[in-house]
Amino acid sequence: MSLDPASLTIASARDGLKAKQFSAAELAEAAIGAMQAARPLNAVLVETPDRARADAKRADQRLAKGEAGALEGIPLAIKDLFCTEGVETTAGSKILKGFKPTYESTVTANLWREGAVMLGKVNMDEFAMGSSNETSAYGNVENPWRRPGDNRPLVPGGSSGGSAAAVSAGFCLGATGTDTGGSIRQPAGFTGIVGLKPTYGRCSRWGIVAFASSLDQAGPMTRSVRDAAIMLGAMAGFDPKDSTSVDLPVPNYEASVGQSVKGLRIGVPKEYRLDGMPAEIETLWQQGIAWLKEAGCEIVDVSLPHTKYALPAYYIVAPAEASSNLARYDGVRFGHRAAGAKGINELYAKTRGEGFGPEVRRRVLIGTYVLSAGYYDAYYIKAQQVRTLILRDFEKVFGEVDALLAPTAPSAAFPIGDKADDPISMYLNDVFTVPVNLAGLPGMSVPAGLSADGLPLGLQLIGKAFDEATLFRVGAAVEKAANFTARPKPWWRA
Amino acid sequence: MSLDKATVARIARLARLEVPDDQLETVAGELGHILAFVEQLNEVNTQGVAPMTAVVEMGLRLRADKVTEGGDPEKVLANAPERAGDYFVVPKVVE
Repeated sequence: MSLDPASLTIASARDGLKAKQFSAAELAEAAIGAMQAARPLNAVLVETPDRARADAKRADQRLAKGEAGALEGIPLAIKDLFCTEGVETTAGSKILKGFKPTYESTVTANLWREGAVMLGKVNMDEFAMGSSNETSAYGNVENPWRRPGDNRPLVPGGSSGGSAAAVSAGFCLGATGTDTGGSIRQPAGFTGIVGLKPTYGRCSRWGIVAFASSLDQAGPMTRSVRDAAIMLGAMAGFDPKDSTSVDLPVPNYEASVGQSVKGLRIGVPKEYRLDGMPAEIETLWQQGIAWLKEAGCEIVDVSLPHTKYALPAYYIVAPAEASSNLARYDGVRFGHRAAGAKGINELYAKTRGEGFGPEVRRRVLIGTYVLSAGYYDAYYIKAQQVRTLILRDFEKVFGEVDALLAPTAPSAAFPIGDKADDPISMYLNDVFTVPVNLAGLPGMSVPAGLSADGLPLGLQLIGKAFDEATLFRVGAAVEKAANFTARPKPWWRA
Repeated sequence: MSLDKATVARIARLARLEVPDDQLETVAGELGHILAFVEQLNEVNTQGVAPMTAVVEMGLRLRADKVTEGGDPEKVLANAPERAGDYFVVPKVVE
């Protein structure tokens, strides 16, 4: 038996390809086989094996000529929110079934430019609205992890649940995710992988199906901090096609991995200590603090007083933006169209009624309500004012510290179906991640330990705007200290 | 904050999103639950606080007023549910 993509990282595969231990074609073939063996996870919506073989062939040619890009020959999975030219892109929604974009998102175009190999498009919560991948119109994704001695299927987190499952199961070396309120970091935490949400503006949003435009940001999901640094370096960069893309040079992120953290000041926000939070989350957090102390960091207790208002502010701002972004799905130019509608208004209403699932419908209606005449000031303006206060909290503490350490999520992965009937309890998954989106800051989840019932738990690092480099530095220190080597048992191959 | 069925029907009309009559009650309950949750914001004193417009301060860039892409109706129409020539087709709007 030959190459197992699960045993590789992006960095080790890069070395193996350069040293000609294996070819990109061999690696792609192994990844395709592993992807097909992992079908029981329902992580992949569209498998693109022919495309992967063609990409790999080109990668081998470029490797031979010494023209390799940063991700030359590396098999990746792409969240179905990224438009991929000629490859069906549904955003996990029935309303986009069959939609084949005639253009490529900037982030994926950047990945192909650097030589990456596309394995397929991966499942996600519908329009990225969800924290468990249970709102996808194409079925739940199952977490590769199970509790020892318990076969109940667990959620992989969401909305980038297919990406997280793909990386954790090991058939790809990395995946793209997007994060509007925690959709990269929370599933990374639930599946024992690294997930980074960059600063707002770091990666172009052009060609990514829009959910909440002032919060959405693409980022890497990988099996190591170094891999996340390599992948972000390829994804990031200025794009004139996105008016919120930032025209700043992309640093060499990989160079930060392994740099000493001695003397860095790490803030611990007291408001992230919640009533009723499982003791093991607190224990893991304390462990993280101890690791960073041992590595030479100075730990500083800080306060972010408006933290508890982040989630309610988010559930006004995000649905409001979603309700306007999703106005484009009207059955006229692309996607699903209801049959037999009399008149244009009935066409719109029926198409959208049939095409959107319950969570998307809920958010479109809430968004429409909070933006409607007479309610706009009370809800939307109020939420944007609270958002200003949340940003000020962060700006104040970043005057005294270099990064913050907190848990990623208030629990480990839970069984499919456990929270599906209560939207608010589902929303609470994102209590530690949402404030970071509201303030536009970078955040990274690093796998740090196992829960009492044997499931992965993540620690979250939050950085200053455009200071992903410090996150990679501190994240690598946490990764080294945690030495998290546990992997899910590949039950899906049975 | 609770919503009645008539309000949900009005929002649904504004959103051009059909909600079947027999679901209005349930949806009213769900939306009311979420609105009750966000009511917490009323505890925050926001007197004189500017609403956020952008997380990263930046001016909008200008570019030369030149066509950069376009002129490809086949690409634009490629995913149309119904077309006639270079047009999207919708149900009759004007009698």
